[in-house]
Parts: sequence; structure tokens; C-alpha cells
Amino acid sequence: MRVIEVPASLDYGTIEVLLARMDVDVSGPVLFDARRLRWIDPNGMLALLAAGKVVRDNGGVPRISLPAGSDVTGYLDRMGFARAGAEIFQPPSARSGRRRVRGSDVLLEITSITTNSDVHEVVDRVQSRAGAILSRTLRYPAAAVVQFSVILSEVCQNIIEHAEAPGWVAAQSYNWTKRLGRHVAVIAVSDLGRGFRASLAEEHSARFGDRWGDVTALEAAFLLGLTRFPDTGRGQGIQQIRKQVARWQGLLSVRSGTARIADAPSWSRTPPVEEGLRRFPGAQINIILPQRLND
Amino acid sequence: MTEPSRGRERSARTRPLSIDVAAIARGTVSSRRPNLVTRPTGRAVREAIEARLVHMARSLSVALIDLTRVRILDFSCADEVVAKLLLRYLEPDRPGDTFFLFRTVGDLHGHAVEEVLGRHGLAAVCDFGDGRFRLLGPASPEERAAWSTLEHRERILPGDFESALGDRGETVLERLAARRLAHQAGDGSAASLSALARTMTNDNHGEAR
Repeated sequence: MRVIEVPASLDYGTIEVLLARMDVDVSGPVLFDARRLRWIDPNGMLALLAAGKVVRDNGGVPRISLPAGSDVTGYLDRMGFARAGAEIFQPPSARSGRRRVRGSDVLLEITSITTNSDVHEVVDRVQSRAGAILSRTLRYPAAAVVQFSVILSEVCQNIIEHAEAPGWVAAQSYNWTKRLGRHVAVIAVSDLGRGFRASLAEEHSARFGDRWGDVTALEAAFLLGLTRFPDTGRGQGIQQIRKQVARWQGLLSVRSGTARIADAPSWSRTPPVEEGLRRFPGAQINIILPQRLND
Repeated sequence: MTEPSRGRERSARTRPLSIDVAAIARGTVSSRRPNLVTRPTGRAVREAIEARLVHMARSLSVALIDLTRVRILDFSCADEVVAKLLLRYLEPDRPGDTFFLFRTVGDLHGHAVEEVLGRHGLAAVCDFGDGRFRLLGPASPEERAAWSTLEHRERILPGDFESALGDRGETVLERLAARRLAHQAGDGSAASLSALARTMTNDNHGEAR
């Protein structure tokens, strides 16, 4: 059995470590050893699910070992990781049958996005709990729950319309005492679809010639608002998310293929573009919204 | 099919229609809340609106697209329900001589509506729920000034164009009519869409849901 050790801290900044460790033969039994996991955010959870799905899609049998009785398992329970992982990991985690505890820091449990009705469900569900977290914890104005719901709607539609494959979305709030001295809300979206490069290739690759690649495709979608649809009204989703996240001084990054592109605020050291990363089929979108500072 | 009129009146009678988009959305998608999200939902709602407009296809009419009972309006839905609806009725082979007013909640929908209009180079007349109509979307300063004057005066007769709007008044009004942001009658007089809508109220046509 192949063993892939999961980093002790698995979040938007360290998922590359996990992906790099996927560079092994995954056609047989593969154990994701997460027993030393001490910290995980929605990006980390979706990366684990995606890694397990990659193993499964390659004919392998993914298994996972989670730490017993720690805070991190509480986080995973509240986020519905066991339920989502039951469809991927063998055997299903022992916690998968247990009822999830709805914690006040959970904005949205891990939710599978396959159809447009899933997007409606996400938007309906998040409004009932996001308002309190956004206003009290992040100190956003009351109307922020509307913009937050629109962001979720647009990122989820990105999965359905561009990935042409199922994906997941999850959101949670954290107190980043050490990193930022503030609370943050983290939204993660991941799919194992065809990725930005393949999605845009037919419509746009010719105009970029030899420069066409993962970075160019991300720049085309992220900076120029291009999509595979000729319709002028398309491509607004990411553009509007960029504007809103910037208004809230948040971080937005999109990872697809071997590249990542980001709008990074002053508090983040995330570079605007990274390339030469381990190939990731599909796309990952990471949004971090920090608590508003006093004016 | 109605021949293109570029906003010029051919029928003396307006046929008003107020369309409650939340009610249409509830009948279109299985959502617990009146949220307009996802492009297929927007497309279905727009098609339902267009189906209602077919009944008044052959005469001059004003439709008030009422979004006030919609909670979440995302950009994909706004593109379908607002921008694509307007685009269809700007085409030479538009289904009818219908002008549009929009009623929204500024804090909730104004931004999405304005963004999708901008994306297509469209403008629309919109009430943010305070009873005051605004011109949303890209327009030249000249167009904005003329539209504001017309909105304030409600109607301007051809003989008053120059005194009310300056020596380019007639040209600008024709441009507003071509963009279907104002109505120009057969006698050349211009009317704001909100004034046209008030005629609609007087005609006492009911609300369509």
C-alpha cells in the first residue's frame, strides 16, 4: 500500500505539499495518513477529497486515517467531511454515520455541487447562518450577506458551467490570531473537471498562439473575463467576485492545471502568479475574507 | 411580430403590465426563498416574462419588471432577466413595442443590474423603491441631462425641445428613443417612461403574477 502523509497543517498555503506527494503510483491501495493533522481549513478538506477522488479515478483504492479525538476531528465533523468522504474513501470513516454538529463557525458544510438546484440550496442555506457571522464576527454591513451569497452562487456556477464535472464548496470562519490578529471567513471551491485551459482552449487558444498554457488561460479568465461562451454577458462571475473580494480587502486565488493566479491584499504574501506547480486536474478557488478593521 | 418603431407611437392606447419577478421565480424553480440565482433560472424567468409580454405584442406598452420581492439577484440572473430582456426588445424584429421600467431594492440589486447593463452597453430606467426613477447604465452626459429633464417635465412638445434641451435636444431625444429610454409619439412629442407608466396606472390594468 502506498502511503501519502498529510501535512500537519493543511490549508490554502500548504495544499501544494499534499499535491506534490501525489506524484506516486496511485493505481492500487493508497493510504492518506492524516493522523498528525492538527489544522485544516475548507481548502485543505476539499484538497483531501480531491486527492482521494484522483486516486479513485485512477483505479486506486483511497483510504484515510484521521487523528482520533482531537480538535481537528471536531472541525471535520462540523464541516461534514465524513459524509462527503464516504463516497470516496474506503472504508468510509467511522464517523460518517454520526449526526453532524452545527457549530456557529460553520458558514457552509462541505456541499457537493452537481446541478443548478445545488446552487439554489447553497444560497438558501447560507443566508440563515451567514448573517450573524458576517455582521458580528467580521463586522461587515448587514447587506453583506447578499454579496456573500452572490459570491457563493457565482463560484458554484463556475463548477457547473466550466468544469462540466461535479465539485464541492465549503466555508468556515476562523480566528487567525497568530497570522493576522483577526477573524476570517474562508470559502473553498474545488472540482476535478477539465480546468481553465481546456475550458477556454477551443474559443481562445488561437489568439494567444505559443503563449497558450495554464497561466495564459487563467489570466484570460481572471483578468480579461473571457469564457468559452461567445456571449458578451458571460464571464462576469469571476470579475464581480474579484471586485467584491477587493472591497472587503480579501484574498482570491484560482488554481488550475500547473498554475495559480491571485488578487492578494497587503496582508497576504500570495504572489500574483505561480507556475510550474504539480498538475491539478480541474480548478480550486480560494477566498479569504478578513474581519473589517475599525474605520 | 411588430414592425420596428424606434420608440415612435403607432397606437394611442398603452397596455401596462406589472410583473412580479419573485412570483414568477417561485413558479419556475423549487427554491424556498425568492432568490434569483444561476443562469438557467434567469433564462427560465426571462422566458416566462416574455411569454406574458406576448399578449400585448402588437401595441405600444410599458412593462414594469418588479424585483422588489427578490432577495438575492446574482450577476448571471441579472444578465438574463434584465440585460437579455432589454436586448431582445432593442432588436429590429422585437416581439412587441414594449418599453421597460425596473423596480429594484437599491442595496440588494442595484449593483448587479448596473454591472450587467454596463457589460452590454445598455441603460435602463429604474426605481430603487423610493418612487424616484433613475437612469442606470452607460449614457453620455448629454443623454443623461436630456433624460433627467424629460423625467422632470414628463412630456416635452416638439416646439419646446430647443428651449428645454438646447439646440441638440431633438437629436438627443431621438437617441434616447432609439435606446428605448424615452418614448416619442407620432406627433414628435417626447414622454418619459415613468410618465407613460402613470398612464398605465390610470388604465387600471392589473398586476400580472
